Amino acid sequence: MGPRAVEPRVFDPAETLPRGELRALQLARLREAVARAGRTRFAREAFARAGFDPTSVRSLDDVRRLPFTVKDDFRRHYPLGLLAIQREEVARIHGSSGTTGRPTFVAYSRRDLETWAGLCARFLVAGGLRPEHTVHVAFGYGLFTGGFGLHYGIERVGAAVVPAAGGNTPRQVALLRDLDPEVLVCTPSYALHVAEVARAEGLQPNDLALEYGHFGGEPWTEEMRQEIERALGILAFNNYGLSEVMGPGVSGECHVRRGMHVSEDHFLVECLDPDTLESVEEGEVGELVFTTLTKEAMPVLRYRTRDLASLDRSPCPCGRTGVRMGRVVGRSDDMIIVRGVNVFPSQVEEALLRVEGTAPHYLIELSRPGTLDEAVVKVEIRPGDFSDEMRQMVELRDRIDREIHAVTGIRMTVELVAPNTIGRSEGKARRVIDHRRPS
Amino acid sequence: MKVRQLSLFLENRPGQLRVPCKVLGDAGIDILTMSLADTQQFGILRLVVKDWERAKKVLEQAGSVVNITEVLAVDVPDRPGGLATVLEAFEKAGISVEYMYAFTARERGKYATLMVRLEDPDAAAKALGAAGVKLVSSEELFARAGA
Repeated sequence: MGPRAVEPRVFDPAETLPRGELRALQLARLREAVARAGRTRFAREAFARAGFDPTSVRSLDDVRRLPFTVKDDFRRHYPLGLLAIQREEVARIHGSSGTTGRPTFVAYSRRDLETWAGLCARFLVAGGLRPEHTVHVAFGYGLFTGGFGLHYGIERVGAAVVPAAGGNTPRQVALLRDLDPEVLVCTPSYALHVAEVARAEGLQPNDLALEYGHFGGEPWTEEMRQEIERALGILAFNNYGLSEVMGPGVSGECHVRRGMHVSEDHFLVECLDPDTLESVEEGEVGELVFTTLTKEAMPVLRYRTRDLASLDRSPCPCGRTGVRMGRVVGRSDDMIIVRGVNVFPSQVEEALLRVEGTAPHYLIELSRPGTLDEAVVKVEIRPGDFSDEMRQMVELRDRIDREIHAVTGIRMTVELVAPNTIGRSEGKARRVIDHRRPS
Repeated sequence: MKVRQLSLFLENRPGQLRVPCKVLGDAGIDILTMSLADTQQFGILRLVVKDWERAKKVLEQAGSVVNITEVLAVDVPDRPGGLATVLEAFEKAGISVEYMYAFTARERGKYATLMVRLEDPDAAAKALGAAGVKLVSSEELFARAGA
């Protein structure tokens, strides 16, 4: 029994609001959002710096005059400096671990939690969830927004939840086998891991009742979707969100699966060139910038997500009118441009992964000795990769060279270097050094 | 009949060769023979020392990537055509050489010793022994050098 095609259903009539009505609603809500944000000293100071009068919003285009909000604003106003309601009105606090240093917190009012559950319900229903289903949630339940966000979305739909949370994969597989959930919720990479463990325990896709999967929390590829679908015998749906804006539910796929509908009645989305901060051409990849329209506890104006994706404003056959965002293809804070081609360190990592199984330490160094950019990738040699035979070492280097070319589309000079010669900083490793002078 | 050889990864820049040699020197480990294979960008240093286990440990502690391989030590008559004769035996036995390097120890004038890296050292040792090629054991090798 393979996965069943999804019967088109819409959870909330707001999802199919005609564009004209949607825009009118957005404008009314934008004015409220600006006024609400203005209750924080942080926003008032930002308005003053930008010379922005919060009472001057006349059209949706006025959003372009608003100051940006960035991740660091949350950090600098630790722990709850961006709070726009009274502390006693806060209903819940989530946060991100912060891979470097301090965590950041986001707060929700009672109404924010109601909104959020509804937003998760939208994409869950668009991707096949029905009230009679059982959903296995393998997201962590904690400060991370994934677990609780999806949990209440599922309850809103009226389906049953198995709050399995993260970890202990063999136990997760046993729950999937014994409780017969039709829907799986987790990160895409964890879905693959679950599939592997299930297979290792002798389970075939047909032994599980799973029909649909809703995956998010990290960028993934179309190839990964196919792999997950094959391995678990399900239809896999993509969803997107980030805690600073709301959490999961900012956007999600419908049954057409050609992009994720942004819930535009709650979020105003822009797609900007990360350098010029001007709108990119229709359909081009740019940095997504969100303004929350209804959030009470922590309204954010023009939040720079650093996530790169494209927007598709063409009508969707499903009837939803929310603009569709493509997959997140990378991060604007680590994108590099080499000889006119956009390259992400993650692509180099992917190439190294293909060659060696696990990615070793590496560093991309960019220079411009003449008129052309030169990219050198230094790769730390590991004991397992080292051979006393020159032939094999040259072959290893050539293989890395070929894979990097295949993944990025450009040639980089591969240099094998001794272990521990690439500097490690605290926390995240530095992946790129750019010696090119800004032109 | 096999001899353990240490291989080290070296970047091709000044000082890279001196560091492991200094580490071994400080540990009182004598290098019997060595060879260096290089490309423009990196090199592989191969070393034969008596106490290879301790050498590996001190080199790794100093941050080197060390790989242990087995090579054969082959005596070659120290006269014109001596090497060609030995290589003829290799060829007849169908043994292909990955790489080799030579040195002369105390018994100068009698033999030079080749360190030979082969795909299957055990099979090669058997075939070469049968062909009358003189293989030198690890013990004998270091005894000759007075180590």
